[in-house]
Amino acid sequence: MTFYLTAFVLGLCLAAMGLGIYITMKIFRIPDITTDGSYTLGAAVTAVLLIQGWSLPAIIAATVLAGALAGVLTGLVHTRLKIDALLAGILVMTGLYSVNLSILGRSNIPLLEVGSIFSALAVFEKPIFNELWVGALFLAILSGLLAYVLRTDFGIAMRATGNSESMTRALGINSDRMKIIGLAIANALTALSGFLVAQYQNFADINMGIGIVLVGLGSVLIGDALINWLKVQNIGLQLALVLAGCIAFQLVLAVALSLGVNPNMLKLITAVFVLTIVGIPRLVRRQAV
Amino acid sequence: MIKFDLITKTFNRGQVNEVTALRDIQLHIRAGDFLVLLGANGSGKTTLLNVLAGAIRPSQGRLLINGEDVTQLPEYRRSRWIARVFQNPLGGTAPDLSILDNFRLAALRTRPKTLRIGIDQAFKKNVREKIAGLGLGLEEKLQQPMGTLSGGQRQALTLLMSVMDHTDILLLDEPTAALDPKSAAVVMQTAEKLIAEYQLTTVFITHNLSESLRFGNRLIQMHRGEIVRDLDATAKSKLQLQDLYGWFD
Repeated sequence: MTFYLTAFVLGLCLAAMGLGIYITMKIFRIPDITTDGSYTLGAAVTAVLLIQGWSLPAIIAATVLAGALAGVLTGLVHTRLKIDALLAGILVMTGLYSVNLSILGRSNIPLLEVGSIFSALAVFEKPIFNELWVGALFLAILSGLLAYVLRTDFGIAMRATGNSESMTRALGINSDRMKIIGLAIANALTALSGFLVAQYQNFADINMGIGIVLVGLGSVLIGDALINWLKVQNIGLQLALVLAGCIAFQLVLAVALSLGVNPNMLKLITAVFVLTIVGIPRLVRRQAV
Repeated sequence: MIKFDLITKTFNRGQVNEVTALRDIQLHIRAGDFLVLLGANGSGKTTLLNVLAGAIRPSQGRLLINGEDVTQLPEYRRSRWIARVFQNPLGGTAPDLSILDNFRLAALRTRPKTLRIGIDQAFKKNVREKIAGLGLGLEEKLQQPMGTLSGGQRQALTLLMSVMDHTDILLLDEPTAALDPKSAAVVMQTAEKLIAEYQLTTVFITHNLSESLRFGNRLIQMHRGEIVRDLDATAKSKLQLQDLYGWFD
């Protein structure tokens, strides 16, 4: 039971990134893979500041700022230099590896000795229940905020930008600026996943972000399948289903592990799993035609 | 109101496929003009419209709106004056957003989009009443995604969206080209009504010769990037369809 609960909480922690990827992939239709870098960036900033004894709100602010900055960089490279979004993301992600390494100072920082957001807000005796409720609270606040923003006039403009660029420009929306802001929000959310996971796992590691974008993509695809299947139009419910997708993804990986799959194979399993999610609907559609 | 001051647009300059789409265009569009733009494919009509909208920057010359030099102003900042209906019914609306969301953005065309929820009961009521005026029965479908509507319905709504906020200039780029005759008639009736009601200065591109006779108070023919005919309301009213066929021989 605890085993699956652990996976559930990890899913919650990664759901902030899921929300970010939902913004770039489904709202802006930009394939942004800055994610791998900004996730580790969030964890690195968190680890270093926790050890220096900063307060949690200040650390959250710093993490958001760092992630947003990474997103702005990708956005600037993409919109100002007209470089393909995929390449822009790879460039920033690659550069971030060195940045992250110099923030961390070494390849791994253990956080067992310092407190965490989970211990600071503890109400239960068993740590896993604290992690569960703090994670749920954190994500509830994040998705609530995001749902609000997406329903405002600004949010409608954001959603329109990825949907019909000719229309948005004709309606006085600076679509380049909108994309930069979108990438900033998305990567700030991703950095917050780094913030949560570092404290959940009690360490930050320079390699923790490798391939994480695929986890996010797979999770969002599950969420999106649910959204289409249930024909959900309400933005808040859509975000809730993205959260569900992130948790489902981790539970599937947990099942694979419990079936005795070698943990070294986990990345391969992840890739095959995402391929399955992407591939099956296409195969089904082809048969239907 | 609008002044094209010796505007030239050359695509692919210096390459083998160099094209001069506009050549020294000198054009003054007065407030209240309902200008019909005719011309064969490649004559430069759409380029002229795009230069006016700001989607294309001219290679030479100046563009003035209300006496202000807007030559360098990007498209999204010209929305202060200009509303636009595209040839492609998909161009003027966001398909995944609801009718209501689309109208909300249109209502803010000249203003910043802020972090407040602007869709309230009063706004819904206003949109519902405006849409009911179209007589298409769409007023009860405000929450439906725009993409589920037909091309004609979307063009009619795009037109209506263009007057949700203050508008001086309306650009119609073959708005009925992708529509069946019945939908086309609805769209053009709507356009005519709104243009008169809001006293819009209009530039209307069409390939439909009878449309070009029926609508507007000024007719311009373009040929190879130049204005070759410019007829005022009186001259235009004397035109017959036969005369127009002659222009294209």
